[in-house]
Amino acid sequence: MNIPSSIITLLLGIGLTLVSLWYGQNHGLMPVAASEEAAHIDGLFNAMMTISVGLFLGVQGVLIYSAIKFRRRPGELGDGAAIEGNVPLEILWTAIPAAIVLWISIYSFEIYNEMGGFDPEANGAHAMHSMPSGKGSAMAATMDASMAGMPDSSKLMAAVGVGASPANQGKPAAVNVNVLGLQYAWIFTYPDANITSGELHIPVGKEVQLNMNAQDVIHAVWIPQLRLKQDVIPGTPTELRFTSNKVGTYPLRCAELCGGYHGSMVTRMIVHTPEEYDAWIASQQQSTQAQADIVKQTIAMNPANMSAGTYLAPYAKEMGVKPEMVNHLHHDMNMSIASATK
Amino acid sequence: MTAELSIPTPTTEEDNVVHHHRRWQDYFTFSSDHKVIGIQYFVTGFIFYIIGGLLAEGIRTELATPDPDFVDPATYNSMFTMHGTIMIFLWIVPAGTGAFANYLLPLMIGARDMAFPKLNAVAFWIIPPTGLLLIASFFLGPAQAGWTSYPPLSLLTGKVGEGIWIMSLLLLGTSSILGGINFFTTILKMRVPSMSMMQMPLFCWAMLATSALMLIATPVLAGALILLSFDLLAGTSFFNPTGGGEPVVYQHMFWFYSHPAVYIMVLPFFGVISEVIPVHCRKPVFGYGAIAYSSMAISFLGLIVWAHHMFTSGTPPWLRMFFMITTMVIAVPTGIKIFGWLATMWGGKITLNTPMLFAMGFISTFVIGGITGVMLAAVPFDIHVHDTYFVVAHLHYVLFGGSVFGIYTGIYHWFPKVTGRHINDTWGKIHFVLTYIGFNVTFLPMHILGLQGMPRRIAMYAPEFQGLNQICTYGSYVLAISTVPFLVNAIWCAYKGEKAGDNPWNALTLEWQTTSPPEIENFEVLPVLTTGPYDYGDTERVEEPPKVFTNV
Repeated sequence: MNIPSSIITLLLGIGLTLVSLWYGQNHGLMPVAASEEAAHIDGLFNAMMTISVGLFLGVQGVLIYSAIKFRRRPGELGDGAAIEGNVPLEILWTAIPAAIVLWISIYSFEIYNEMGGFDPEANGAHAMHSMPSGKGSAMAATMDASMAGMPDSSKLMAAVGVGASPANQGKPAAVNVNVLGLQYAWIFTYPDANITSGELHIPVGKEVQLNMNAQDVIHAVWIPQLRLKQDVIPGTPTELRFTSNKVGTYPLRCAELCGGYHGSMVTRMIVHTPEEYDAWIASQQQSTQAQADIVKQTIAMNPANMSAGTYLAPYAKEMGVKPEMVNHLHHDMNMSIASATK
Repeated sequence: MTAELSIPTPTTEEDNVVHHHRRWQDYFTFSSDHKVIGIQYFVTGFIFYIIGGLLAEGIRTELATPDPDFVDPATYNSMFTMHGTIMIFLWIVPAGTGAFANYLLPLMIGARDMAFPKLNAVAFWIIPPTGLLLIASFFLGPAQAGWTSYPPLSLLTGKVGEGIWIMSLLLLGTSSILGGINFFTTILKMRVPSMSMMQMPLFCWAMLATSALMLIATPVLAGALILLSFDLLAGTSFFNPTGGGEPVVYQHMFWFYSHPAVYIMVLPFFGVISEVIPVHCRKPVFGYGAIAYSSMAISFLGLIVWAHHMFTSGTPPWLRMFFMITTMVIAVPTGIKIFGWLATMWGGKITLNTPMLFAMGFISTFVIGGITGVMLAAVPFDIHVHDTYFVVAHLHYVLFGGSVFGIYTGIYHWFPKVTGRHINDTWGKIHFVLTYIGFNVTFLPMHILGLQGMPRRIAMYAPEFQGLNQICTYGSYVLAISTVPFLVNAIWCAYKGEKAGDNPWNALTLEWQTTSPPEIENFEVLPVLTTGPYDYGDTERVEEPPKVFTNV
């Protein structure tokens, strides 16, 4: 049987394509996607994986095929064919990769836009005023909207990171959380509810904005299930905005080397149903209130915060002095210290 | 059927010429002979490679279990900091640009030595004391902030170790710049008169591209390090946010050098592969011009991609898009090389000896590093995998699967030239198989770890990652063992190996036209080119249609 080589090549090409397409969709390498944007990023990864598998198998196939087919047999002399190049072929293997990377770039650009990477608020909103106005009317419109609908001044800070998806740009996020990274813990503060937590609790389906700061060194918030990561830089506020669409508990890890226990700087992000979330907020507020009361009482009793006069007033009788004398005490003490230093 | 070179055979006149003989002391003193310096670079580099490798084995042993139970976490951080620094600055850069370029460039272009032999020796002699200084910091509280040494962490983890680290890198950078000046000048000015630029071996093109990068990028690293040392020792606030400094500026300056450094580490081995494949396939290199120019294109593009290391550092979006596109574009010239090498093999008469196997191993593993490199350039995907084990896998596929496989390719290929003896091919193949298996078992699972959620540079990790980590650890032990047959084989055969003759591969480049090992000033009489570097092949066979089936 003699099958023409062009048909064998064609069949191999079809086979390679099918294998690549199948593996690109079924690699199962990514963790659960807990947001719509994460699913889009997976789509991008799958596309790149498809191309990669094709390229990988092609290159390895040619290597192995050449090693077998073109190997020097024992006793064989002479050289290979004196082919120094083939310009059309070289143009082809320059043009095809160029087209592929261009396509991946455009695809990435789209996904990045959907994620909210171009949200002007997340990239230094205050700086936008000084930018030339010829940037396109769509952008200008978003800017105006964002300026108009911006009640709190925190958004005027030069935050960088991943902002709101285009549909949500200019609107405030449903839930705002201030994130502080320090060696080796995360502290989440909910300014609207006035609570603090060591874990990130968020409601499903609502847009969340993390306003992030670092206390000591650079950290990075990474939630693999959201495919989101942003460095948390001391002195430069950064932000992440996302909407999770899957109830569950996910790890939130520090991804930027921050010291010896960098690996243990892990906490949880818990995505609640809205009811659970409200219940959690309420329970936290209660315990926060209770704690605050205790703290307040403790502080009220704290002698360190009292002037000498207030502190001694209840004891004035025992000491056998008039309360007014005690009130002068502070003043006298200062006088005596001043004279002593002279 | 190779064209002959009109080079006088020096052996006949040997008795009439007074020779300086090489003494063993030359290898331990300030010799300005480029071949001695090349060997000095390689042996020094290999010693540091073993030290860096032992550190890597320590890291993998720590990571065999999720808990930090082998060393304490601060020591662990020092270990990977030192591992990275040693492997990059004391092994791959000196081996590629120091050893191979020094030994081969003058021989390949028909020169008697480098343009500045004394400077060459100075560049080498900076390295051993600096390496010792860096290793000495192990006993004084070594640097712990990773080889990237980002402030403010690097300013907070011990002044002495970090200070020594900065000092060492400044010295090694100086050595690199001195080397770059030498290579650049030698390639442009020292070629035999009959050799035009387009007749240079491709290794020379690769080194031209590399030395341009060394000269342009290294001073910026020096600037970053000097400012960092001010912050560290004098309390200034260039990068320290507590004084109003901007830590991200350091990252820009650092990566402006350290991304081109990747090309400094891999371009010379693109050159090595371009030399080795045509010789052992007995075919002209496919698309000489394309491979030569693609080196220059990579060199240029390599300078404008640095911020792809900083997609999560708060880089403005338009900048992220710019760096994404430039990074993606590098895939094009790199692809041209890989396809060129494959086309060179296609239809050749391939001798599957150790250098050829390592060259094929290089293509096979480097292509994975190249593919993941394109993936990492895509901003949305990079945001997920930045600073994870996916990146660790990627960089080792480039720097081990690329550079170290390239080093071994070159060593096996030029061993007969350097020593005059053959290196044992069977043991070489055992070395190749062990290295190839060990390497892939170590680093392939790391891609999955990163995608699944394991950050890099951690001493303790979530228990769900233990299975894959143990596979990596076992792989790393195989990789460590694979070095033993090489070392024994190389040392044994350097003294006792079978005599190789001057040109055992029947190669056409000029280094093979002199004696093995080459005499002190390389050539008795300067050679005249009568053939291109890759004019292999039976011209009669070109017209013959390729056969579809061949019976074995």
